[in-house]
Amino acid sequence: MSESLNLTVDRREDLAVLYTEGYINNQAGEEIARQAYLLLDEGFKVLLLNLGGTKIVNSIGISILIEIIEKMLEIDGRLAFCCLTPTIEKTFHIMGLAQYAGIYVDEGVAVDALRQPASSPSAE
Amino acid sequence: MAGPAILREVKLTLPMAPDMEIAASKTATALAEFMRMSPDKIDEVRMAVVEACINAIEHSQAPDRKVYLVFEVLGEGEPEVLRITVHDEGRGFAPEAVEVPTIERKLTAARKRGWGLKIIRGLMDGVEIDSGTRGTTIVMTKARG
Repeated sequence: MSESLNLTVDRREDLAVLYTEGYINNQAGEEIARQAYLLLDEGFKVLLLNLGGTKIVNSIGISILIEIIEKMLEIDGRLAFCCLTPTIEKTFHIMGLAQYAGIYVDEGVAVDALRQPASSPSAE
Repeated sequence: MAGPAILREVKLTLPMAPDMEIAASKTATALAEFMRMSPDKIDEVRMAVVEACINAIEHSQAPDRKVYLVFEVLGEGEPEVLRITVHDEGRGFAPEAVEVPTIERKLTAARKRGWGLKIIRGLMDGVEIDSGTRGTTIVMTKARG
């Protein structure tokens, strides 16, 4: 029973959007991190993770997302999430991720917010 | 005084293998749907079951490499509560000694993991943990309404 993740990237002028589809477990988290760090190497300092195609995550996968948040803080970059299921959003709030990464209802709202000057992230 | 009746019961034994937690979550989903739980509550149950199974798989060191689950629909006539018991026959742990993780500490810590129990407690209505040398049992409940 393998639940693999499909990950696609949309590179835009000022940010990159990563689209996930499938279960975010440890392997999927590692793949997201690998792609995120490639984007940082390419010069992107603003990343948006669109989780619209992900209905379930586990804590190991989220722990790897925390590594990405840590990296973004180190380089003064910005990471945000959008299109979360209510349960994934609730889980992110339980864990406190919303204090360090913006959480937005949809991609348009997220992109608009990320194009504004940096401020404290908060749920929209 | 007797508690609510068990209206439906499903037992599942899973090998500790990659992604087996998804099999457990599918059983939980089927029973929660039978109870006509809301989709958001079903998702919360699914995620809690995933976390409980992962805890057993990652930490129990159970010699038989199995996770034992019992799913029970409880109620008086109508389904009211879903009770899920997740058991392993591993080395056990002291729940009171488990550090409650915070994002502030985890952001700078080398080890970012250790969120399972916090997530389970945040998503379910009731959580009881019994752990010792004969293994660990987590009993989680979620009301339909």
